[in-house]
Amino acid sequence: MTAAAGLPSDRMDGAYGPVRRKEDARFIRGQGLFVDDIQRPGMLYGAVLRSPLAHARIVSIDTAAALAHPRVRAVITGQALQHRELAWMPTLSQDVQAVLATDKVRFQGQEVAFVVAEDSYSARDALELIIVEYEPLPAVIDARKALDPAAPVIRDDLAGRLDNHIFDWQAGDQAATDAVFAAADVVVTQDMLYPRSHPAPLETCGIVADMDRVSGKLTVWSTTQAPHVHRTLYALVAGLPEHKIRVISPDIGGGFGNKVPIYPGYLCAVVGSILTGRPVKWVEDRSENLMSTSFARDYHMHGELAASSDGRILGLRARVLADHGAFNGSAQPTKFPAGFFHIFTGSYDLRAAHCTVTGVYTNKAPGGVAYSCSFRITEAVYLVERLVDVLAYELGMDAAELRMKNLLRPEQFPYTCPTGWEYDSGDYPRALQLAMDMAGYPQLRREQAEKRARGEHMGIGISFFTEGVGAGPRRHMDILGLGMADGADLRVHPTGKVVLAISCQTQGQGHETTFAQIVAQELGMSSDDVEVVHGDTDRTPFGLGTYGSRSTPVSGAAAAMVARKVRERARIVGAALLEVGPADLEWENGRWQVRGDRDQAKTIAEIAMAAHSSLELPDGVEGHLDASTVYNPPNLTYPFGAYICVTDVDAGTGEVKIRRFIAVDDCGVRINPMIVEGQIHGGLADGVGMALMQVMAFDADGNCLGGSFMDYLMPTSMECPSWELGQTVTPSPHHPIGAKGVGESATVGSPPAIVNSVLDALRPFGVRHADMPLTPANVWCAIQGHPVRTDLAIP
Amino acid sequence: MQITVNVNGADHSREVEPRLLLIHFLRDHLGLTGSHWGCDTSNCGACVVWLDETPVKSCTVLAVMADGHRVRTVEGLERHGELDAVQQGFAECHGLQCGFCTPGMMLTARWLLDHHPDPSAEQIRESISGQICRCTGYENIVRSVRWAAEHAAAAREDGGLATEARA
Repeated sequence: MTAAAGLPSDRMDGAYGPVRRKEDARFIRGQGLFVDDIQRPGMLYGAVLRSPLAHARIVSIDTAAALAHPRVRAVITGQALQHRELAWMPTLSQDVQAVLATDKVRFQGQEVAFVVAEDSYSARDALELIIVEYEPLPAVIDARKALDPAAPVIRDDLAGRLDNHIFDWQAGDQAATDAVFAAADVVVTQDMLYPRSHPAPLETCGIVADMDRVSGKLTVWSTTQAPHVHRTLYALVAGLPEHKIRVISPDIGGGFGNKVPIYPGYLCAVVGSILTGRPVKWVEDRSENLMSTSFARDYHMHGELAASSDGRILGLRARVLADHGAFNGSAQPTKFPAGFFHIFTGSYDLRAAHCTVTGVYTNKAPGGVAYSCSFRITEAVYLVERLVDVLAYELGMDAAELRMKNLLRPEQFPYTCPTGWEYDSGDYPRALQLAMDMAGYPQLRREQAEKRARGEHMGIGISFFTEGVGAGPRRHMDILGLGMADGADLRVHPTGKVVLAISCQTQGQGHETTFAQIVAQELGMSSDDVEVVHGDTDRTPFGLGTYGSRSTPVSGAAAAMVARKVRERARIVGAALLEVGPADLEWENGRWQVRGDRDQAKTIAEIAMAAHSSLELPDGVEGHLDASTVYNPPNLTYPFGAYICVTDVDAGTGEVKIRRFIAVDDCGVRINPMIVEGQIHGGLADGVGMALMQVMAFDADGNCLGGSFMDYLMPTSMECPSWELGQTVTPSPHHPIGAKGVGESATVGSPPAIVNSVLDALRPFGVRHADMPLTPANVWCAIQGHPVRTDLAIP
Repeated sequence: MQITVNVNGADHSREVEPRLLLIHFLRDHLGLTGSHWGCDTSNCGACVVWLDETPVKSCTVLAVMADGHRVRTVEGLERHGELDAVQQGFAECHGLQCGFCTPGMMLTARWLLDHHPDPSAEQIRESISGQICRCTGYENIVRSVRWAAEHAAAAREDGGLATEARA
């Protein structure tokens, strides 16, 4: 079901619309090419030996038996890497991470040794033959105890490091916020945990590394969302000349942020290829993926909301403890160690806000800020949306009415929030009203009252979110010093068929289709005539890649701008062809035409042929139509949405059933509504997993309790309802085609809607808050008045 | 061990280790990379193929257990150059994004439609409940299978796909 306000969903201009995907032809035939599908002559297979302990000193590593295995070709240890100065690599947050451990292991699953063998089974066999002697150390598992003076120091590799503190960071005006709180009628506070979760793409991470000894060229096929950044990092880490590195990101089986960083296994495979002179494939298994690669969230939040007694929200304060694991590997702009968390005032018009974030090391997997989070906006939205519901609970107000009263109004845009973000455009009340209309909100409340009278527990939960995506303006944002701009090249063949080369990389988002539609729309042609090239650093211009919902806002803008460049070049050639001046032409109905004369017009295809012909061109005009561009976004784009979740809770078992989920999204102009809706569906399912099913928990010794899909639960078709989608369209005023990006919206917006719904159902029990995941056991405990700490399994 | 497995209508004989998993036999020994490996624990279903007439998770079947049996993979869905209605349905209804779970989903869907030509949304959800998709939130997979059911029914009325679906 789809409902719309503002723009009927079936009104599509030109090349935009629900075009079937170009990608699907290969996937439905089983002809996709994923990293593990790649075969190279003479290819060897790698496997990683991992630490069974969360914190331990390495006493010795004996690789003799493994090396003696008849099918083993190399065994690499941290010591061997140290000789090449490759034992440590930079993270995406100005920290370093061990490629293979040399001194200590710092989390369960950390990489200790790498075996290269003739086949993958032998490589695994040889891991069993490596003997590592460990001296166990006490581990820091509870982030809330990481800064205790007696806590063991995890990062003694860093000179002068005497504690587990990484950073303190703050945003907003503390004095103004304190003043608002001091004068407020009502202050509500709530501690909440956004538990550690994992993106868990269905394809795990992997690489095929092939160092050609003759040419000195390294080619890697790897699961990367950012091939160009990886190429630069390989150059910086391994000291290889960058033009001798080719990173190919073939078909990627889902990313969700998990495939942004460079992992130790990648570098080990590269070293393995250098050592053996043969290609080396390494693909991690599911447990390796869940236990060692980039996790998400793990924010321990204390939030406070100040309001008037009639429900006017005035101020917001938050104190956050951020668990970054053993190495600070967060992928986010350098200036922002807590990502964009300080957009935490959300969608509301309030006077002042202030937040502090403290990052700490623990003996857990490194990484962070992955998983469809728009750089920590997931945590920020969860905090404010839960607090608003807590305020509604304390004031006895309806949660929808309270939101409607405090949402930013359309006339306030462009709006600068108390922590400095400039929201580009929005009409929030319209989106919330549409969601309420679709849900039949008053009827739902009546039904809930009737059910409560009968002792049944039905919940209605609302969330409203605003994201800032499309990072970002290079004066503010970079990854490891690389500005967040993206290039695009457009080649126009003589017959008018075109090839667009872009720097971002699809992991299922359908770039080959939507980016063709963008170009087709700008050039008055069919998207069938546009080929999109991506995922190969030798064939595409530099750019930062696909994460943080940045493909359409940044690369999509680059695609539109480069097409417009081509159009302007075509204008000059078209004018020569039509024997008029360029100023006499107008772009009308996808053609350059002589002003007011529809019979005197040329298509891009006609002009392309002329541009390659012997047609005499004005002095200084080069001919051909090819163009390239770099897009540096002037601001982020700010998609938003209103979600309503209806649940039924069995108070006897604690089981939660999602009955309905209504999602109204405004991501600006929709290039391909079919693909946009698919992105939203997937994000909503993610939210079900986070809110109700999954957490990376640890026991007292630091054993990861989420190391397989038996323990770390993925939502299936049975937990997911049939999604009900609606849309409003508020174009971004600064984006060339008014699009805002949508990839992460539903993952950001859905968890608070689901949690608010469950807690609304539990209201008769006096439950104000319980942490995710709201599993049956956790819900039952909350009903009994004993909500539990969900991230730890420590008695 | 020497085994002979009939895959998509053709016999393949290979010398394999007894511990070799069927998914690795298909992918690494026969080069049929359409079936994917995703989890180790039989949870995700990216590796679903048919063993004789039944969908199985091929990461939990030894290759030697398929000796003398028939296996059908995604590469065997297309018949005589014609896409299966399920394949068409997935493309028509945006039933896939990254494409990694798609082969397994389609093979389960084909089995469902062979046994229940007109399944309800609930039946479709139950049939794929042992398989994980991280991208679609399942809604469009359900629609894709419904599309295939409806179009197969239409084709049957035309006398077209009916025999094909049973082949």
